[in-house]
Amino acid sequence: MRINTTVNGEKRQVDNVWEGESLLYALRERMGLPGSKNACEQGECGSCTVYLDHVPVCSCLVAAGQAEGREIVTVEGLRDDEERLHPVQQAFVEAGAIQCGFCTPGLVVAAHDLLERSEDPSDPEIREALAGNLCRCTGYEKILDAVHLAADRLSNPGAL
Amino acid sequence: MDFLRPASWADALAAKAEYPDAVPIAGGTDVMVELNFDRRRPSALIDLTRVRDLSEWYEQDGLVRLGAGVTYAQLISELADQLPGLAMASRTVGSPQIRNRGTVGGNLGTASPAGDSHPALLATGAEVEVESVRGPRRIPVTDFYLGVKRNALQPDELIRAIWIAPATGPQQFSKIGARNAMVIAVCSFGLALHPGQKAVGTGIGSAAPTPRVAAVAGAFAGNALEEAGLWESRGELPPSLAREFGAQVSAAAAPIDDVRGSAAYRLHSLSVMARRCLVWAWNDYRKAA
Repeated sequence: MRINTTVNGEKRQVDNVWEGESLLYALRERMGLPGSKNACEQGECGSCTVYLDHVPVCSCLVAAGQAEGREIVTVEGLRDDEERLHPVQQAFVEAGAIQCGFCTPGLVVAAHDLLERSEDPSDPEIREALAGNLCRCTGYEKILDAVHLAADRLSNPGAL
Repeated sequence: MDFLRPASWADALAAKAEYPDAVPIAGGTDVMVELNFDRRRPSALIDLTRVRDLSEWYEQDGLVRLGAGVTYAQLISELADQLPGLAMASRTVGSPQIRNRGTVGGNLGTASPAGDSHPALLATGAEVEVESVRGPRRIPVTDFYLGVKRNALQPDELIRAIWIAPATGPQQFSKIGARNAMVIAVCSFGLALHPGQKAVGTGIGSAAPTPRVAAVAGAFAGNALEEAGLWESRGELPPSLAREFGAQVSAAAAPIDDVRGSAAYRLHSLSVMARRCLVWAWNDYRKAA
């Protein structure tokens, strides 16, 4: 079947989508957007987190056909028009919140969503907001550092 | 496989009548797992996310009518006052991403004994509104669960809404799992105090082939509280009463050994959870005086 969606602000039309396939598969294999990662395929790991109509979801649990006419933002869509990393992405790099990097795209989207809602989240708030994203490398401490760093920068855009 | 996108409830019923083995999909948190793992190849999927009124709720006839497509995230943010037990259970579902998509209607459609919403629905005596092109009917939730992942839906029926009485007293929910987030219940328990009826509603999850009420335990607690005049006096809950309640809830279960836990552990933890839920709810009841 054919699906029409808006992905990262761009209208996309893809053909030959199998009716049972996930949005994650369509993004990675048909739209050339491999940022969202395919790990557990059952909503346990959060590596495939994207925004669907502004709500963070596991794209492996969305049928591609359900995305018809919807707006999707993936981790690729968080950078600005000049291809600069979003402050959340930059903070992950600087805080050392990345080791193997497989969980990073999902964590970045989940952290981005948290910081849209909360300017200065506490550690428990961050832990709760990121509870759907598994990281097997970092032990999470540096991810918490990254979220705090990004929160600081987003609320003081002028400061370094 | 066909992918059907009804834009209205009438279209959805027509689609289900035409394709009785089609699988309805809303949040996808159960259906997509089965598709991703090649466990299921239905002839068609019916995407219900375009039927707008499914994701709405309102109060009518003194009850909350919860659209089958209302998400756990909506329940938590919009219905924590009216449906505190269900909202508590909703907070324990999966993760933020799962709560943004998963629905109570989907939990009922899957009818897993471990579904997190079932104990709260049982404890509050909810009814499930289902419909087909032949017409609607309302099924008490106690009659809805027929077996492991089997429910009372006919092949042409869809779940439209759940009717739930708003809380008239404190409610509690407790769930055991290996960790806090993203865990399927080893077992779970829901409790609702109904001071108007001097009754105690119960719901057991993941400790029998279906979610079930602990009717004997609920009646025991309701009567014991009444005999001691505690509904009126709001006096302290006798520890022996709470312990006996826990034992009777455990006696109502019929668990198995499986990958998540042993039957013996489930029986023990149920008695502890039931006792604690009654104590917590009763303490809230005393404070509310």
